[in-house]
Amino acid sequence: MLAKRIIPCLDVRNGRVVKGTRFADIQDAGDPVALAAFYDREGADEIVFYDITASAEGRCTMIDVARRTAEQVFIPFTVGGGVSDVQQMRELLSAGADKISVNSAAVRRPDLINEGAERFGSQCIVLSIDCARRIRPDGSVWWEVVIDGGRVPTGMDVLYWAEEGVRRGAGELVLNSIDADGTKDGYDNELNRAVAERVDVPVIASGGAGTLQHLVDGILIGKADAVLAASIFHFGQYTIAEAKAYMRAAGIPVR
Amino acid sequence: MIAIIDYGMGNLRSVEKALAHVGAEAVITQDPAVLEQAAGVVLPGVGAFAQAMDNLKAAGLIEPIHRAIASGKPFLGICLGLQLLFETSEERFGDNPELPRGLGVIPGRVLRFPAGLKVPQIGWNTLHFPKQTRLFAGVEPGSHVYFVHSYYAAPADPGVVAAVTDYGIEYCSAVEVDNVMAVQFHPEKSSRVGLQILRNFAALC
Repeated sequence: MLAKRIIPCLDVRNGRVVKGTRFADIQDAGDPVALAAFYDREGADEIVFYDITASAEGRCTMIDVARRTAEQVFIPFTVGGGVSDVQQMRELLSAGADKISVNSAAVRRPDLINEGAERFGSQCIVLSIDCARRIRPDGSVWWEVVIDGGRVPTGMDVLYWAEEGVRRGAGELVLNSIDADGTKDGYDNELNRAVAERVDVPVIASGGAGTLQHLVDGILIGKADAVLAASIFHFGQYTIAEAKAYMRAAGIPVR
Repeated sequence: MIAIIDYGMGNLRSVEKALAHVGAEAVITQDPAVLEQAAGVVLPGVGAFAQAMDNLKAAGLIEPIHRAIASGKPFLGICLGLQLLFETSEERFGDNPELPRGLGVIPGRVLRFPAGLKVPQIGWNTLHFPKQTRLFAGVEPGSHVYFVHSYYAAPADPGVVAAVTDYGIEYCSAVEVDNVMAVQFHPEKSSRVGLQILRNFAALC
């Protein structure tokens, strides 16, 4: 039976791991390759590197991170953050990355998804969506796609963009709740479930995990195929093994 | 030396690094002469079946692959590299009404997962072993390995099946026939278990 996945996410700036809380208040926490190898040994199912480097020169450090990771880490890893053309995708994939995640650039130019999927296959293209919870005048809930680290609203409905992204060739979706991110109050499972029930590709819950029960809820309530988390693992609150044991006890198939 | 066949279908660096990690000398090559000299051959691959066969043809690699297999040296297909060993695939190409033909080394067809399943299957699933094989020596039944695929192989002879996996249906996730071994999953991305499988293969070379 296909296992549900636990994916530690490493925010990387200029080749060093940081962790953003509500996308601000950043703290340094180490070498991305060493951390990825540590998580592989601990039993993580995949690794995501999210590059938050601002400058173009700094971006090249991510290719080096991918290359060094591929030499030491033998689980799938995804690189995202600022990828805006197939040439950048090609460089990161040739360096050894298994998947590329796209976010703001795909909102600005949706053909980026088609181009990546046609060139490298849907399995390589992860569409990451930053989602902001909104209330309509009638009191009903919707989620707006926001870009550029959550700063810029687009007016676009997440449910529309998720389906459109899959139609264009995205092989997986990461739903990052910017409301929940950094709160440790749990994933936005209403969001996760709404999207998971609409698309036939894996959905990865992101933003808000603070306890092991949150991981379980992301799978059982949010219907996610994988859960992404950062702080609860980075700061040693829980090990991956503890998380797996907790999920297994809740009846979730894990590796 | 183990030759990893480069025919423009996906990134081979991870396969090379994983073999290096288990102590094998591996080279990525398109050169039939290198295949000829190699102690073992790996046919990896990610992408479309028909495109892969076209690329192998264009690179003049079809005959060298058949020769390598006939010579008896250990041969390992990975992912698309497993599917290509079979006779045909349901993965159609363009408007061509004919099913694309593979290398035909192992009798059987490559089928699409039935409707109702999330396709591609992406993630960690388990292996179960209908028989003892050299490739899976020391690998516990129920071990997880990493899969990414939309099609699976259905061998005509169940005797060639080295591992099965359950994804809505129970399907063949690895084969072993004499010197020909192939896996539907990615051993180079399957952590300790995958490295053990590559170590087993390298030990035969």
